[in-house]
Amino acid sequence: MSVLASDVRPLGASGTGPAQDGHGRRSSPWSWRWSDRFVLVVAWATGIGLCLIAAAIVVYMGVRGVEYLRPGLLFSHPQASTSQAGSGGFLDPLLGTLLLTVIGITLALPLAVGCALWITEYGRPGWLARVVESSIEIVAGTPDIVIALFGLAVFQLSLFAPLSFTAQGGGVYGRSFIIAGAMLSLIALPPLYAATRDGLQAVPTHMREAAFALGKTKIATIRRVLLPSVRSNVATGVTLGVSRIIGDTAIVLLLLGETLRIDTEGSIPGLNLLRATGSTLTTYVYSNSPAGEGAAPQKAYAAAFVLLVFVLGLNLIVTRIGRAHASTGLSGAGGGIV
Amino acid sequence: MLERLRRPWPDHRAELTLGAVSLLVGAIVIAMIVFVAIRAWPTLAHNGLSWLGPGANLETQIANMQATSVNPPASAFKLNAWPLVYGTLLTTVLAVALAVPVSVLSSVFIVELAPEGVRRIAIPVIRLLASVPSVIYGLIGILVLVPFVGNHVITAHEKASVQNVVELTGAGLAVTVVILTVMITPIMIALVCEALASVPVSWREGAVALGLNPLRAVRAVALRAIRPAIVAATVLATARALGEAIMIQMVSGGRSFAPKPVDGVIFLFEPLRTLASAIVDFHEGVSAPALRSTLYAFGLLLLFSALMLSVCGYLIKLPLRRYQTNG
Repeated sequence: MSVLASDVRPLGASGTGPAQDGHGRRSSPWSWRWSDRFVLVVAWATGIGLCLIAAAIVVYMGVRGVEYLRPGLLFSHPQASTSQAGSGGFLDPLLGTLLLTVIGITLALPLAVGCALWITEYGRPGWLARVVESSIEIVAGTPDIVIALFGLAVFQLSLFAPLSFTAQGGGVYGRSFIIAGAMLSLIALPPLYAATRDGLQAVPTHMREAAFALGKTKIATIRRVLLPSVRSNVATGVTLGVSRIIGDTAIVLLLLGETLRIDTEGSIPGLNLLRATGSTLTTYVYSNSPAGEGAAPQKAYAAAFVLLVFVLGLNLIVTRIGRAHASTGLSGAGGGIV
Repeated sequence: MLERLRRPWPDHRAELTLGAVSLLVGAIVIAMIVFVAIRAWPTLAHNGLSWLGPGANLETQIANMQATSVNPPASAFKLNAWPLVYGTLLTTVLAVALAVPVSVLSSVFIVELAPEGVRRIAIPVIRLLASVPSVIYGLIGILVLVPFVGNHVITAHEKASVQNVVELTGAGLAVTVVILTVMITPIMIALVCEALASVPVSWREGAVALGLNPLRAVRAVALRAIRPAIVAATVLATARALGEAIMIQMVSGGRSFAPKPVDGVIFLFEPLRTLASAIVDFHEGVSAPALRSTLYAFGLLLLFSALMLSVCGYLIKLPLRRYQTNG
């Protein structure tokens, strides 16, 4: 990561490079060969086309959302009903999404930050550090549906029976908020780790050296110098992790039990919520679409609109944090996906 | 207790704690492979390599599995998963083949060609495209694109010509591949753009000084320098396309039918099912042991493919490192 600042053309810089500096000497595309002009046109078309697709999705969902979303939907419980008018709102899926997000990030944050700190600051022995790095890459490349299957396999062990309810035959159900949240923390882990690691690597060495020179131990340096200076990177990572979690359907579908409302298990407050089954906005959209059982497209559109608003908001936060703290421009976009 | 935590830790204890946290991730990965493999084992043991091959009707085989009880007979495990493997390969290869040129061209557009104003809009917009949840893509697919294709693109004659074999509703290969491409392109663009922006300006200046026009300079120098990034982006996009379950389940028509290229145009509209979407389709039958083992075998195959992909990506990138920029 030792990119010299002068080598990287800042994305925000106006004037698109040396070739086009100085208006008088700019090579006009009209003088290019036909093949080059064709490529130029195609490049413009694909770039603009993708933007138009994104705009079309947002506008279409916006129109449908305004058409079908009523404030009452946000605050009323879903009802089992065959008609769209009687099936209630999606308060429970909304709360389910929030609860899962909280659980997932709470579990993923220490794991990701711990990994990033260990790998950048300690990382001995080297082969072990490489193993950990590739493990995170594997987690990032694993399809979420496989993570869901893994969660089902693990949490149906009788060892984890307290985390979900046990069926009459003694079989552990293996589906609850805490289980889905634990598996969702795995898909939030890679972006969170990548953001934190990039931040730590960008902290100049002399800051660490200055701290050591003042007699601070390594862990004190981490706590007093490094962690405060990567706070914005961690915030970006958390935002990306949250948008991963609220957008995931497969894990929730397999591990949350697909009940319409949040059905608490047991009588201990707090714990019964963690053991509860329920649904989220994504599974609500899925099960109300023609692909699911209840064909209620209006409800699906309304819930999808709410979901998209969340995602847009999170995107805005990432952009804001990126603008406020980093000047690297595109690195936010890169970290935004990996 | 709190006071004790607040005191500075000895360094070695901090290192051990952080190291243990990191090892936990490694342990999770190993546990994932082991658990999925153990549950997949019965079906693999019963079928051997013919599991991957073509054969009897997959729908009836799965219905047999669902019908069996706690102790399934060996015959219940019989499965020929070729239609699903083929569907997965077909959608992934087509979507990635479309996404690679589109994403490279758009990255060149964003980094090199677009005026400042357009770029300021394009970057957040494309990033948004990457973060739209797959269920929203699926919803738009099933409620907008599928009816459109079914009503306006497929002719009545085409529907009638295959009505004895398969019903063409619009849900099928074409819609799946188009949406999948839109989903994976932004992932590639982000990585390719980042690499393109970090190519030293002086390299392109050199090419332009030799008389190349800006576009050719990009192709000759910048795109060549970022080949490792393009490979990495392709690997990532392929992994995403392989594992996409919800969107494909919604728009692919959900039939274990292998689209045949010899059918001509109809090929594009034939329904299919992929490994991932089959898991979603049948996840409610997961309590039947035979079906459960089969679903885990699908998962194991996906996991194995994802692992192989990252290994291949790494191996391809090695000889390309020559041109790597100092980034």
